[in-house]
Amino acid sequence: MTGYILQRLSLFLPTLILASFLAFAIMRILPGDPAIAMLGGAEGSFTQEDLDLVREKLGTNRPLHIQYGTWIGDLFLGDLNESYFHHVPVAQLMKDRFPVSTQLAVMALILSYIVAIPLGVLSAVKQDSIFDHAAKIFTIAGVALPTFWVGILMLFILGYYFNWVPPLDYADLWENPWTNMTQMIFPALALGYFNTAFAARLTRSTMLEVMHEDYIRTARSKGLRELSVVGRHAIKNAFLPVITIIGFQLGRLFGGAVVIEAIFVVPGMGTLLVQSVLIRDYPVVQAIILLIALVVLVLNLVVDLLYGWLNPRIRYA
Amino acid sequence: MIGGLPQESTGARRDIRLPVYSRVLSGVIDFSRRKPLGAIGGGILLILVLIAIFSPLISPHDPYQIRGNAILQSPGSEFWLGADSLGRDVLSRLFYGGRISLYVGLVSIAIGITAGSFLGAVSAYFGGKVDLIVQRFVDAFIAFPGIILGLAIMAVLGSSVNNIIFALILVLAPSAIRTIRSQALAVKEMDYVLAARAMGAGDMRIVIRHIIPNCMAIFIILFTLNLGYAIIVEATLTFLGVGVPPDVPSWGGMLAEGGIAYLRDAPWLAIAPGIALSLAVFGVNLLGDALRDVLDPRLRGT
Repeated sequence: MTGYILQRLSLFLPTLILASFLAFAIMRILPGDPAIAMLGGAEGSFTQEDLDLVREKLGTNRPLHIQYGTWIGDLFLGDLNESYFHHVPVAQLMKDRFPVSTQLAVMALILSYIVAIPLGVLSAVKQDSIFDHAAKIFTIAGVALPTFWVGILMLFILGYYFNWVPPLDYADLWENPWTNMTQMIFPALALGYFNTAFAARLTRSTMLEVMHEDYIRTARSKGLRELSVVGRHAIKNAFLPVITIIGFQLGRLFGGAVVIEAIFVVPGMGTLLVQSVLIRDYPVVQAIILLIALVVLVLNLVVDLLYGWLNPRIRYA
Repeated sequence: MIGGLPQESTGARRDIRLPVYSRVLSGVIDFSRRKPLGAIGGGILLILVLIAIFSPLISPHDPYQIRGNAILQSPGSEFWLGADSLGRDVLSRLFYGGRISLYVGLVSIAIGITAGSFLGAVSAYFGGKVDLIVQRFVDAFIAFPGIILGLAIMAVLGSSVNNIIFALILVLAPSAIRTIRSQALAVKEMDYVLAARAMGAGDMRIVIRHIIPNCMAIFIILFTLNLGYAIIVEATLTFLGVGVPPDVPSWGGMLAEGGIAYLRDAPWLAIAPGIALSLAVFGVNLLGDALRDVLDPRLRGT
């Protein structure tokens, strides 16, 4: 197990460094100059001196490897630089927003599993029943409907029939947990629908596979009740593939949270990211995408280690 | 691998003298018989492609024409799906919007999945350091969720149709590299690769003539299943204001313009493009799932 952990860790660090390089490279190597964007964008509306001055201030006139080095160096000291537009440290902008997005993604994940696992297990056990077909319609729709349209539809239905509009002010989770939960439940449901459908399909297909294994037949033939065959033998083994995709799913949920936050006006990192993209506030964009990549990589590492612990065969693969 | 292809399973011997089009036709008929849902998906996709191609002919109005007297008009005999906040015909914009969605989706898939598959095959074939480096880059790219990566790239490039295609290529290629690589790893151990090498074939010849053709089934599956994803990412980025420029009619853009602001007064502005978008993705998914079952049953449930 120690060897396996070391092997995973030795892959994690280079990947993290490369991801930080990518976050930097996207903002600097692709054509597009933040200095020009800050000066208004149109050619001729500023002089070369203005441009040089802004570039000097942003530090974008220095060689790329020095810019990257400074950025990483600052990062290690906990300094995420300053926003071009808000003129406050990026860390300060993200401090209150990161927990909000995390809460949204985690709530969506939990809600989707609460629905998806019973749904998947039941439709596998009662294969080709009416329940299975109804579940199939639900999951096919969930995979095909774009998350942002689900959000808009939900906003429409809630507004039209229940007079619910997104709150102007979201309550703090720790100060006012009940209000916060009632406010966040709808964005979380909209965000989680795709995931619910995806996880239910996966649970169903792995359950079906497991139900045809020899040990299930053995369990049945030794006279176990169907409930304990499914509950004690099948579900346990069907869970492995479902667990491996949790990291991937949370990453996807963070991505989807961006657009759901925009629709429900949730003051999370997604709204900050979209605003910063539109005004080309590069340090903020860079910091947010790196943070999300870090979250995804750490989650994948945890899932890998967990998987190795649960399934000894994988350690030697 | 390819043994499951529909046209072969009908009995290749019988078809061998038939012209290409009739072999394709009998393949399509056989596929529809075995996978009716997949055929429905293919049908939906075909209809959308036809609408996109012929949108200038079938659109009842000019999608760009602004009419002061038709602002937010509800669906009726003149504007079948109503008019938007500038009095433009929603149905015509929907037809033209399909063009953008399909064009962006197909072009970015064609380039992204092809390039990714090639890199994946090369990475698997050469193994060693090449593989290690390519795979770490893939790991790093995959760490960024598609929409986040797309947003960051579009932040720098600015909104335009070509830029969103470029962003989508970078979003799509890494997962294609990963998937094709795992297939190519198995293919390169096959005897025919050994035989080719024994006959003195060069590395590139082996990759192009032997490895890639034997990954074709996965390539086709990746191509269809990712088309739906590409369409959604494009629409999402456009909805957020960084994808296709606002003056070009597109489904994501239509949802952004009328989606939330007029939800109460003119819900058709959000419902029409949303249904079009979902229908396109639904059709592509049905087709992709069926192709996956037929071409590579081992991937079922993934």
